[in-house]
Amino acid sequence: MAVIADFLVQGAQMLIVLLTAPMLTGLVRKIKARMLRRAGPPVIQPYRDLVRLMRKEVVLADTASWLFRVIPYFIFAATWVAASLVPTFRTGLLFSWSADLIAIIALLGSARFALALAGLDVGTSFGGIGSSREVMIASLAEPAMIMIVFTLALVAGSTQLSTMAGFMESSAVGLRVSLGLALIALVMVAIAENARIPVDNPATHLELTMVHEAMVLEYSGRHLALIELSASLKLLLYLSLIACVFAPWGLAGPSAGLGALAVGALAYLGKLATGGFLLALFETSIAKMRVFRVPEFLGAALMLGLLATLLLFVSRSL
Amino acid sequence: MLAPTVVVLACAALLLVLAIAAVWIGRTRAGTTIIYGTSLVIALTAFLAGMAQLLRGSAPADDIVLPLGLPWIGVRFRMDALSAFFVVVVDLGAATASLFAIGYGSHERARLRVLPFYPAFLAGMNLVVLADDAFSFLVAWEFMSLSSWALVVAHHRVPDNVRAGYVYLIMASLGTLALLLTFGVLAGPHGGYAFAEIRAAHPSPALSALVLCLAVVGTGSKAGLVPLHVWLPLAHPAAPSHVSALMSGVMTKVAVYGFVRIVFDLLGEPAWWWSMLVLMLAGMTCVMGVLYALMQHDLKRLLAYHTVENIGIIFIALGLGLAFKAYGMAWAAALALTAGLLHVFNHSLFKSLLFFGAGAVLTATGERDMEHLGGLIHRMPHTAFAFLIGCAAISALPPLNGFVSEWLVFQAILLSPQLPSWGLKFLVPAVGALLAFSATLAAACFVKAFGITFLGRARSSAASAARETDRFSLAAMFSFAALCLIAGILPGLFIDALAPVVQVLAGGRMPVQTGVEWLSIVPIAQSRSSYNGLLVFLFMVISGALAASAIHRLASDKLRRAPAWDCGYPDACPATQYTASSFAQPIRRVFGSVVFRAREQVEMAPPGDPRPARMTVVMHDPVWETLYLPVAAGVGYAAERLNHLQSLTIRQFLSIVFAALVVLLLVLALWP
Repeated sequence: MAVIADFLVQGAQMLIVLLTAPMLTGLVRKIKARMLRRAGPPVIQPYRDLVRLMRKEVVLADTASWLFRVIPYFIFAATWVAASLVPTFRTGLLFSWSADLIAIIALLGSARFALALAGLDVGTSFGGIGSSREVMIASLAEPAMIMIVFTLALVAGSTQLSTMAGFMESSAVGLRVSLGLALIALVMVAIAENARIPVDNPATHLELTMVHEAMVLEYSGRHLALIELSASLKLLLYLSLIACVFAPWGLAGPSAGLGALAVGALAYLGKLATGGFLLALFETSIAKMRVFRVPEFLGAALMLGLLATLLLFVSRSL
Repeated sequence: MLAPTVVVLACAALLLVLAIAAVWIGRTRAGTTIIYGTSLVIALTAFLAGMAQLLRGSAPADDIVLPLGLPWIGVRFRMDALSAFFVVVVDLGAATASLFAIGYGSHERARLRVLPFYPAFLAGMNLVVLADDAFSFLVAWEFMSLSSWALVVAHHRVPDNVRAGYVYLIMASLGTLALLLTFGVLAGPHGGYAFAEIRAAHPSPALSALVLCLAVVGTGSKAGLVPLHVWLPLAHPAAPSHVSALMSGVMTKVAVYGFVRIVFDLLGEPAWWWSMLVLMLAGMTCVMGVLYALMQHDLKRLLAYHTVENIGIIFIALGLGLAFKAYGMAWAAALALTAGLLHVFNHSLFKSLLFFGAGAVLTATGERDMEHLGGLIHRMPHTAFAFLIGCAAISALPPLNGFVSEWLVFQAILLSPQLPSWGLKFLVPAVGALLAFSATLAAACFVKAFGITFLGRARSSAASAARETDRFSLAAMFSFAALCLIAGILPGLFIDALAPVVQVLAGGRMPVQTGVEWLSIVPIAQSRSSYNGLLVFLFMVISGALAASAIHRLASDKLRRAPAWDCGYPDACPATQYTASSFAQPIRRVFGSVVFRAREQVEMAPPGDPRPARMTVVMHDPVWETLYLPVAAGVGYAAERLNHLQSLTIRQFLSIVFAALVVLLLVLALWP
């Protein structure tokens, strides 16, 4: 019986992340539009876009290989699996031990590897621009992320997200310098990883500074829909990650009843809305950077992460 | 039943016989097939014997003393768990390389320059890991070096290869010299050259330190530790591709074996600062290796530089193991060593696979330069698929095997705050950052290697006319690709197989993995960290298949081919694509401008002038220019100065000999 309940909760988690991800993207767009005094598309617009894209036929470039057609499914699978392993409303998910935080980051790395290959597959100049810049950004963002993981793991004594969230909720945490540094670094990495302003502009098209959009330029129809959905899932994943580690309040425990689960789900939606609002606020109040300023931005994140780790190596209580 | 040690030794002897026979067999029409086929059978036998010994666990190994060599030593061979593991790595690589070469070798023009040396090279590697005394170790080591040197200069008409052979010969001599001195110090004044005697002796801390430094130079120069790596990216690509695979995938592992044997086994209890030295070199090796690799546009040279990076990862794990062992944390040392040895195995798989792929591309197109390749996924779909698996595995992407060993290294790093030494407390996080950094750069590097070579449009007529490679080569590539996946989704089996090796070296072992639910791997405890490659793989397959079938059934499965969109400005000329150099440009600009002092110069013709614009990139190799060129200049200067010694009279020569004799006698008389 308990196993069936666990399965249900894990299944619910997978469905929740899949279904709320486009909503989050829509929400951020809507808030950004309102802040710019535009009406903006409705919050559910991303769902309509996805449905419309999925129904359209795929227009595939003549020079595209089979890899180009497989990659959207691969990216979607990797991102979805990663997103369903981050505790959203309940810790101790059935399969949470199958991948710890390092593995989740590496899964996202797999998705990026595939997307960068897709950018090169058709053999156009825009795809190459996108891929080469994406790997440059990743070459700093991913080590920074690993240093953040180190920090969290040293504080909580585990790389398992469930254990981390449980520890963060307990009173043993206290205020720590290292966690503060890690939070700042994590936000910076999340912004870069999700191609948000100031690193990249998700709303851009036909612009020489684009990175993510340049890689997916040749995609259309259902393939594009999957990539857009994966991008939304990735944004949701990072917000869930920040919420689960730095704001674990309301998370239901492994043995929670239905009431606690409902509270956890509501708290999660609240956290997502807050995160989305803060992201929109940040994006509207800052200008996009030149591409070669990005390494400085991410280098700062890397240094913050390294500093946080070093502090913990020096003393476990910092 | 024959003892496994005897079987492996007999295999090595057979390989030597084959090497001699190859001088004649190689002339016949079927020579290539016979030589490589026989090598395949022999290597497989040795592999099975090694497996048998490894799976017997901590069963005692047989000592074999042959009445050869120096009369008071004899030649001793022994296969303990450590040797058995490396026999497995060596012979698995050897068997698959032979299989690959049955197909690949038929394109060889200078057959007799390759065929006799290939079995000899295999025999040399097997003998190094079996040797149980310093003398036979050194003889086998030198045999391995020289036979591989002969293979490097097999195509000696290419000017670059001659230079590669020259640099390799010098560096190999330097390494052997360091090893000779290592064993000299270890054996002490009474000359106990058998490993059992060395193990029983306890050298003083100063001598141990000396041995460590010499061993790092001796084995590190063969493995490719920065700054001793300079020969590796020259020599590995110069050899025929199956030999490149063996040199990069296997011979560097024999060097790792030498390091582990000397430092963990023969030298006794480590001091804490040893790990500082190893970790510093290893961290530098990691990052420099991958940065060099990113700057290359020769496919095989890129792979060779990337070997340097992976050697860095292996040495990081070994350095951590030394640190934990020095402080008596046996379980942590076991984790670090398991991670290192697992990466040894994994790297031998995917690096051999990638070199096979590069070899297949080379035979199909005659090109190693990526700037002239492209679009091969259409022409060589099977090679492309296998190469892609290798690229993903080496980039440490789950659910493949490279990720597992790097994940274990990260777990070992996370244990290191418990080390009491302050030096290590500051060094280890920095090394962790370097490791994370090199892992992402590796992914960038292999996006480039695969993307430029196999994807896009063909950049030359050779690439657009390429044909899929032969079945033997494909079989070799696919067997390693399958192993990469298996080792990635069932890592517990491999970790458990390593337990007897680690038990001897570290005095502890990782928890038994095969009993863990769902076949996860758990380095220390479930609440701390666990990873399940099998489930991650299954989840990805299921969710990908689910998405595909749902979309195809419920939404649309229509597809139309059309010209590329490219924002409305597609250009039919393949030169408008990104090339290897332009792909690496952002990384070159961010990191290369610091490390390699990379400068870009753009010459634009004035308006109206039809000359093309040119961009030149100038880069400097920091290691070569700061370390090797001054030494080479010094040697040249000294040679110039001493040149007049050639034209002395006989009396002057005799007086020099006499003076030297007097000085030596004086030294001997004054020696305490």
